[in-house]
Amino acid sequence: MDLPALAECLISPSCIVTQTTSGLIIGLLLFMVAAGVSLIFGVLKVVNFAHGSFYMLGAYFAYTAYQVTGSYTAAVLAGGIGVAIFGLLFERLLIARVYGSPVLMQILVCYGVILILDDVVKLVWGADFLSFGMPETFQALPFLFAGGVIPVFYLFLIIVTLIIAALLGLLITRTRYGKIVRAAAVNPTMVSALGINTGVVYASVFVLGGLLAGLAGGLAAPVRSLTAGMGLSVVIESFIVTVIGGMGSVAGALVGSLLIGLVRSFGSIGFPLFTEGLMFLMMVIVLVLKPSGLFGKEGR
Amino acid sequence: MTNRNRPGVGRRTVLKGAGAAAATAVAGFPFVSRAENKPIKIGMVTVQSGRVAMIGSSSSQGALMQIEKFNAAGGLGGRKIELIARDSKGKPDEAARLAREFVNSEGCDIIFDADTSAAGFAIQEVARELGVLTMHMTPETSSLTADPKLKAPTAFRAARQGIHDCIACADYAAKVSKAKKLKRWMGCSPDYAYGRDLNKLFFEYLKKFNPEVEVVGESWPKLFQPDYTEHLTKILQAKPHALFSALWGGDLTAFIDQGSIYNLFAQMEVFAVNTADYAIVTAVKNLPKGIHSSTRYLASYPKTEANAKWAAAYLARFKEHPLNWSWENDAGTQFVIEAMKKTNGVDSKKLAEAIAGMTIESPFGVNGKLTMRAEDHTLINYDNGWGQTISKEPFLPDVQPADWNMIFEHEKEWKKKNNYL
Repeated sequence: MDLPALAECLISPSCIVTQTTSGLIIGLLLFMVAAGVSLIFGVLKVVNFAHGSFYMLGAYFAYTAYQVTGSYTAAVLAGGIGVAIFGLLFERLLIARVYGSPVLMQILVCYGVILILDDVVKLVWGADFLSFGMPETFQALPFLFAGGVIPVFYLFLIIVTLIIAALLGLLITRTRYGKIVRAAAVNPTMVSALGINTGVVYASVFVLGGLLAGLAGGLAAPVRSLTAGMGLSVVIESFIVTVIGGMGSVAGALVGSLLIGLVRSFGSIGFPLFTEGLMFLMMVIVLVLKPSGLFGKEGR
Repeated sequence: MTNRNRPGVGRRTVLKGAGAAAATAVAGFPFVSRAENKPIKIGMVTVQSGRVAMIGSSSSQGALMQIEKFNAAGGLGGRKIELIARDSKGKPDEAARLAREFVNSEGCDIIFDADTSAAGFAIQEVARELGVLTMHMTPETSSLTADPKLKAPTAFRAARQGIHDCIACADYAAKVSKAKKLKRWMGCSPDYAYGRDLNKLFFEYLKKFNPEVEVVGESWPKLFQPDYTEHLTKILQAKPHALFSALWGGDLTAFIDQGSIYNLFAQMEVFAVNTADYAIVTAVKNLPKGIHSSTRYLASYPKTEANAKWAAAYLARFKEHPLNWSWENDAGTQFVIEAMKKTNGVDSKKLAEAIAGMTIESPFGVNGKLTMRAEDHTLINYDNGWGQTISKEPFLPDVQPADWNMIFEHEKEWKKKNNYL
């Protein structure tokens, strides 16, 4: 524990700028995956442990697209669209068969898919880690703001993920589709009775979750080493976010992700040996004080 | 109690013998019995899955460089080596189980350990229990061979050793720090035994060699952590003159990629011990210039024709560059093969007696020679040096070789301090 260092940081503008940027970037990338996990759980009541693998596939699809086209935009889109299609197939061919099954059955299916996808990645892209490389546009010196350091690439990522978060928020809260999804989360039988094909709604949620995770994988690829199994830590953190933010709540996922990002960022200065522990501690506190999560609805 | 499997002299044996004698008399060729043709089985416990799967591939390829040569030359009186590699997933209990199974169920004569240090300790116990010749070829944790309480008569280490590398690294870093006046240092190493040991030993010796050095902070990313942002920003905040890191593999490439966008490598001298290996230099797309690194493995070092030829042969055979683990496995296998030739057999005890103190001709040794030190069964005199990276071959253009006499001197003190002597 190094509280003097943390106190020193909190009164230094440069440290606040650098660590806040760092927290934002960790949190916003996590949000892209966690929002999918939260939505899928909220609407379908499926604990999609394979969501980390969606993120991994997004990064690998983006890697291949970048190798072929040399365009980072094309790579990110390939990651997002590729995984959205995969999400559709995953839901239709596998998950649709275990709706209503005990949660253990769903976890088993997801776990099987994780193992299969890890091996598929090894077969297609090799067992060794891959490095995407920083696109030339972003190979620039970082900005300095109030003495703090903000890398150009991270500024870009923050802007893009904030736009995606805003669009997602609008989609869920301001559109007819969003109303249906929210209604399906509360009472799917009633939604079905109103003549809405819930099967399509469920599939679309997986497509949306896949799109977000794939985009996150593609966006993060230039600063991650790509390897089979890279989705594991992301999915664990996503579930912490879901618990903190509340199941099925996009706003909760955003707040939970940013909290995790900031805790990691400032925690690494004040509690260098307990940064991971802080995340779980935060989850435990939320579970004790508000078991449904910060933005979750009671008694759902 | 009778042993049903005990070989006896029966009617068929006599007939076979008579047949063989007749064949020899007629055709004039020596009779080679089935036992003599039986392959020499070597079981390799390694990691073939997960983020460090490259240990498995580069290790078995390194061993095959020697095995294929040996087999092509006729083996040991016609007996060829068969290498069986299995995945322990880096788990110590699984590694021990595999090692036992290799000997007890598959009839392996020798065990190769190309696994993590944690698994290495488990395999060491199997070597002691079964008395089987065991060559550790990737674990680098010093106590495995330095601690006499852990010594197994038939186990050896043909790999780098943490204490050797730390002394060499600290010696080099002390010289650079004195020349460039690098007083404020920081550490950023993976949060597990290897990272913590290396970090502790490095700073211990760095302060000894340059007392002006001050450690202003430490950062401990988890092993296989995907995002280093919080550690990078913490390092930038501390504004050290120099950074030491024992990160390796995919973790190091992610750290370099993420550090580059913060312009970290232009703001301080970075001593990342594991950079100069093809696993890193070919994977990182924009390798920053000027990272200080040890020569893990590069075709350009040792700067000899033998090493360049070996690297080219490896690349031609496996279509990929050799890694640090490749040369370690090549060297370890060569010790075993030389011992087989010397003892004309695969008896573990005899092989161990032959290997202890053995010196072999190898592209990876100082002056082309590697020695397996008899007193603690560990590899010494591997050619190790330090230099600064550039982004293309030779990747480390100006290498300062480590002084082994200096290493031995400080290693002795370290052993005394830890009651190993």
